[in-house]
Amino acid sequence: MSTLWYHDHRVDFTSQNVYKGLAGFYLLFNQFDTGDETTGFHLPSFPNFDIPMMFNDKNFDPNDGLVAFDLANRDGILGDKFLVNGKIQPFFEVKRRRYRFRWLNAGPSRFYRFYLTKSDLTNHPFWVISNDGNLLKNPVQTTSGLMIAVAERMDVIVDFSSFAAGSIIHLENRLEQCDGAGPTNNILAAGQGAKVLQFRVVSDPVTDNSVNPATNPTFYQVPTRVTEQITRCFKFDRNNGQWVINDKLFDCNEVRFRVKRNNAEIWKLEGGFNWSHPIHVHFEEFQMLDRNRNTPTLIERGRKDVARLGENDDVTLYFRFRDFVGRYPMHCHNVIHEDHAMMLRFDIDDVGNTNESSCGFSR
Amino acid sequence: MSDISRRKVLAGLAVAPLAPLVGGVITRAGGQIDKFPKAMSPREKLQARYFPNFELTTHEGKKVRFYDDLIKNKIVVINFFYAQCEGICVPITQNLKRVQNLLGKRVGREIFMYSISLKPEQDNPQALKHYVQMHKIKPGWTFLTGKPEEIAILRRRLGFFDSKAGLDKDLTNHIGMIRYGNEPHQWWAMCPGQANPPWIVESILWMEPKHDVHT
Repeated sequence: MSTLWYHDHRVDFTSQNVYKGLAGFYLLFNQFDTGDETTGFHLPSFPNFDIPMMFNDKNFDPNDGLVAFDLANRDGILGDKFLVNGKIQPFFEVKRRRYRFRWLNAGPSRFYRFYLTKSDLTNHPFWVISNDGNLLKNPVQTTSGLMIAVAERMDVIVDFSSFAAGSIIHLENRLEQCDGAGPTNNILAAGQGAKVLQFRVVSDPVTDNSVNPATNPTFYQVPTRVTEQITRCFKFDRNNGQWVINDKLFDCNEVRFRVKRNNAEIWKLEGGFNWSHPIHVHFEEFQMLDRNRNTPTLIERGRKDVARLGENDDVTLYFRFRDFVGRYPMHCHNVIHEDHAMMLRFDIDDVGNTNESSCGFSR
Repeated sequence: MSDISRRKVLAGLAVAPLAPLVGGVITRAGGQIDKFPKAMSPREKLQARYFPNFELTTHEGKKVRFYDDLIKNKIVVINFFYAQCEGICVPITQNLKRVQNLLGKRVGREIFMYSISLKPEQDNPQALKHYVQMHKIKPGWTFLTGKPEEIAILRRRLGFFDSKAGLDKDLTNHIGMIRYGNEPHQWWAMCPGQANPPWIVESILWMEPKHDVHT
């Protein structure tokens, strides 16, 4: 775990509070991911070349310039201004070397597909090294963009050494989304998307001791699976504008199921019905085993804590619950959905039960 | 200072720091007026945006103004329904009756419950009165009707619409959420009308600044 974040989680009020700014990064280092490019995995040094970037899209009141939250929106709020670390569409000067960026979609509702767009409208490839704060087995290069749902974190390595000083590169979201229900899945043409951030390459002399991802360094191997004790299924739906999970509404005082500590479980999430949901599970991370009966991409095969459910998607997750007992939620991290009770509570204890394990899947 | 009054003071302090940022004209050292003119207070903004001051009629035939008489300075619980509804209105009404019972004497004194008709053409005050009597609803919970075009606006302003137009026209699919809030504190949220009544009650009681259910 390295790229974490924290935010207000007041039930029914999370979206309003986080929209007003109650969110931040929580970065962890260890003997491998050291924050020093001369040691460990040799990832770009923090803080000069390791930069957290929190993305939000917001609306502002044109009369007073203050952030404007729409209380009447129950679907998901899309902003017309794109913010990086609280600034609207800023620029960032980079030297001609490798950088680590920690990209966080901090919501409230939009899905991004990020590209690095050069001034000739071609794509600059980059490397994904970590998903939801967990290093992948190896870096994965992408030239076709990178999806980030709300609450997902993607650490990437971008190499600017091939650019001449004065070059301009845009971080561009090309995923079309017209309402809070989810993206259309149209990918806009290069230059037609939202330019969220501008990189300006400067000519300062610079050294680079960081690892070249093209050498395929090995970071982290996910643990071997142990035999699962139970399979639970969760269907995310909506009745009369009320979110339901397996046809039940949220009640903070109701324990929907109990997980036995130190056991492994399979959870199948079925979502959609014309809605997209980034589903977040508290406390324990998972490995995604299956997405729509296909092996997930290498980028999704690390340890994660957010499962992106596009329209009519289903995913299979493997968990091994360890360490602590306690009370935890699973919820949609489109925080507007979350605040309209798209959530359930589960407890971890030393007994467990078999609730939510009768899997009558429609697909 | 008693514990309760200390909490009231703290609750007041929590909102106070926002005031200088949003209230008046911000002048710079040289007397230059900032880019944005004097704006409405956050509370005035909420009123202007969400709480039109339409005239409504209660199930007792009394004329009331939505903001002035029903919302201002109150803790409220709002849902939409119609008297002939055979879908979710009945379970929600039954659910809210349990909520009203659990809230006890607070309803009508500190907490006000409102059900607004989605079919104001049919639901005249007599029809609403009949509904109240049929369901044996106690005082403190007011059923409301009004001009259809104004009810339509009110429904949208309060967030009781489906963004998919086809679904929005289908009254059997009408929104089963309830809105709860504290007007002077500018706290507004929603919860499902079919949620477990004790959980709905807990949500509503959060609107009392002195209430301390989450310690």
